[in-house]
Amino acid sequence: MNDQKSDDPAAKLAEALPAAVGQATPGAGKRPSAPVRRQANRRRFIRSALMIGGVLGLAMLGYIPVAGAHRARLRPPGALEEADFLSSCIKCGQCVQVCPVAAIKLDDVESGFGLGVPYIDARAQACDFSCDAVQCILACPTGSLTYRKPMSLATRSGMPLARAPLLKAKEKDAEPTLNLAERIGVAHLARPQACLAVQGKGFNGQTRGADFKGRLRYMDVDRWKPVAVREHPYDRDLCNLCVTECPIGDAIRMAETVAADGRKEYRPQVLEQCVGCGVCEMVCPAEPAAIVVEQRAPWRG
Amino acid sequence: MRSFERLRVMFGAAPQRPQVIAPEVQQVHKLKRMTKADFEALKQHARDHELVNHKWRNRRWVVLIAVNLLFTLSFWLDIQILEGSLTASRFVGFHLIDLNSALQVMLAHKHIIVNLFIGTATVFVLWVVLGGRSFCSWVCPYHLVAEWFEWLHLRLAAKKLVSDHEFHRGTRTVFWVVFSLLAVVTGYTVFETISPTGILSRALIYGPSLALGWVLLLLVFEVVYSRRAWCRYVCPIGLTYGMVGAISPVRVQYRLEHCFHEGDCRKVCLVPHVLDVVIKGRAADLKTPIGPDCTRCGLCVDVCPSGALVFDVKGLNRLL
Repeated sequence: MNDQKSDDPAAKLAEALPAAVGQATPGAGKRPSAPVRRQANRRRFIRSALMIGGVLGLAMLGYIPVAGAHRARLRPPGALEEADFLSSCIKCGQCVQVCPVAAIKLDDVESGFGLGVPYIDARAQACDFSCDAVQCILACPTGSLTYRKPMSLATRSGMPLARAPLLKAKEKDAEPTLNLAERIGVAHLARPQACLAVQGKGFNGQTRGADFKGRLRYMDVDRWKPVAVREHPYDRDLCNLCVTECPIGDAIRMAETVAADGRKEYRPQVLEQCVGCGVCEMVCPAEPAAIVVEQRAPWRG
Repeated sequence: MRSFERLRVMFGAAPQRPQVIAPEVQQVHKLKRMTKADFEALKQHARDHELVNHKWRNRRWVVLIAVNLLFTLSFWLDIQILEGSLTASRFVGFHLIDLNSALQVMLAHKHIIVNLFIGTATVFVLWVVLGGRSFCSWVCPYHLVAEWFEWLHLRLAAKKLVSDHEFHRGTRTVFWVVFSLLAVVTGYTVFETISPTGILSRALIYGPSLALGWVLLLLVFEVVYSRRAWCRYVCPIGLTYGMVGAISPVRVQYRLEHCFHEGDCRKVCLVPHVLDVVIKGRAADLKTPIGPDCTRCGLCVDVCPSGALVFDVKGLNRLL
C-alpha cells in the first residue's frame, strides 16, 4: 500500500516497546493528539458522515418508484398484497427457476425497492399453469407466494376466489383444481372495438406473428411440454382464442346477443373464476391486445 | 474479556494496547529488543527464505467461483443442485437463506414462515462452523470482483495517481443499525436494493441487469477514492456474518514467536485492524486468535514469510 502508512519496524520498535514491555498501565499508550492528527480525524469524520448520507440517500431513492405504485406489476400466482409482497420477497428468483414456461422475470433498478422482485409480463409470456401445481408458490422460501395467506395479513374484498379454480388440463384427474385461494388480477376487455369477435371476424394463422416467442400448453399436442404459440396456428370462423385457450374453467365465455336487426353479436365475457393469469392477453391477435389483465384488480361483479 | 475487545474492534473501535501481558510473552518481547543491525539481519534472513505463494488465495478463488458457478449451472443446465441465488436457495432441496437477507425480510415483513426459519437456522449453523465472515471472502461474488479492482487501486496508488481515503470503521455499524431500522419502519428490504452481493449473484444466474451499473460505480469509487470501501465501511452482510464468526472455531491464529513484525500481512489485509496484534509489543499471549471481523481469506497466511499466521480450528488438536 502507501509507504507512509507501512510499519517501519525500527520506528515501531522505538514506539511500541517502552509502553508494552512490562505491565503496561491503562491509558499509557494515549498521547495527546497533535493538531494535524486532530484535523485528519475531523476530516475523516466529515467524510464518513457524508458517505453515510450519500449511501442512505441513494438507497432511499428506491422508494420513489414504489410510492405511487405507478409501476403496477402483475405478480406470480399466490402473491401477497403488494406492500406485503415487497417486504417479504427475498429476491432469490427460485420462482423464476421452476416456471416451465419462463413467465416470471425479475425487476430491475427502475423499480426501486422492487429490484429483484418477480413479475409476469403477460403479453410476452403469461402463466398458463403448465406446472399443474403452481410450482412458484411451492418454491418460495419466505411465503411471498403462498397457497393460504396467514390470517394476520391483509385481504381485499374481491380478491379471494369463490371456489378453487378448475384447471381445464386436469379436468379428468382425480383432483382437477388448482391450489389457489386468491386471484392476481382480472381480465378485462379494455379495447372492445379492437376485438375480432366483437367485429364479428374470425382468425386464421399464427396469433402474434411468426417471431413471437411465447409458449403455451396445448393438451392436444402434449400435456407436459408447452410449445411455441407460433407453432400452433389457428383457423377460427369467429375469433375466440381468449375463451378456448383460457386454462381455467368458467373464467371466460363468449356472450352471444341478438341485435335489433336480427344480427348476432359476440363479446368475450370475463367470469368470476378468472384468476388473472393473462393467457387471454397473450394470445389475443389484436395489436395491442383487446383483452388485458388488470393486475391486482379485485372482482367487481 | 479479550473476545469482547475483538468484538468492540469489529463494531468500529480502534484497537487498544493490551493491559496485561503474560510473563512469558513479556520475555519474548524483551528478547525481540535488539539493535537495528541485528533486526535487519534477521529480517533479511526471513526474506531470503521467503516462500511467495498464493495457496490460500487460489483455493479461495476456486471455491468462490465454483459456488457461484453451481448456482448458475443449476439453473442453466437444470441440474438443480443449488437452486436460487445467494439471498436464498435450496441445496438438493434443503433451504438455505442468507442471514442478512433473512434479517431484512423478518424485520420488514414481521412474519416468519417455517421454511424461512429453517433456511436461516441452517445457514447460521453452517457459518458458525465455517468461520462467519468466511462467507465474504469464500462465497461473495462482489468480494472477488472488488479484489481485482483493489489490485488496480494499489497499482495506481503506487504511482501516486490515487490515494486511499479512510472512513471511520464505525460507519458499518451505523449502516447495520440504520438498515435494520429502515426495514422495520418502512416495511421494505431497503438494503437489498443496493446490495452488490445480491445484484451480482442474480446477474450471474438470471442475466445482466441495469443494477450492475451501481456495482460498477462502487468499484470505480473503490479504485479512485477509497480502498475496498464497500466491504470495509458499508456492508451490513459482513457485520452480520462477523457476529456469527465470533463464536466460530475456524480462525487465523497469530504466533508471536514466529513473527518478525514486518507488517506485510497488514498491507494485504481487507480488515487490518484485526491484525493490530502483530505490531511489535501488542501481543498479550504467545498465540492469539484473530478477531471475528477477519474474513479468513488467508492473504496474510500466504504473505507471511515466517509462518506466524496460520489457519487454526479451535479444539481440533484435542479431537484428533
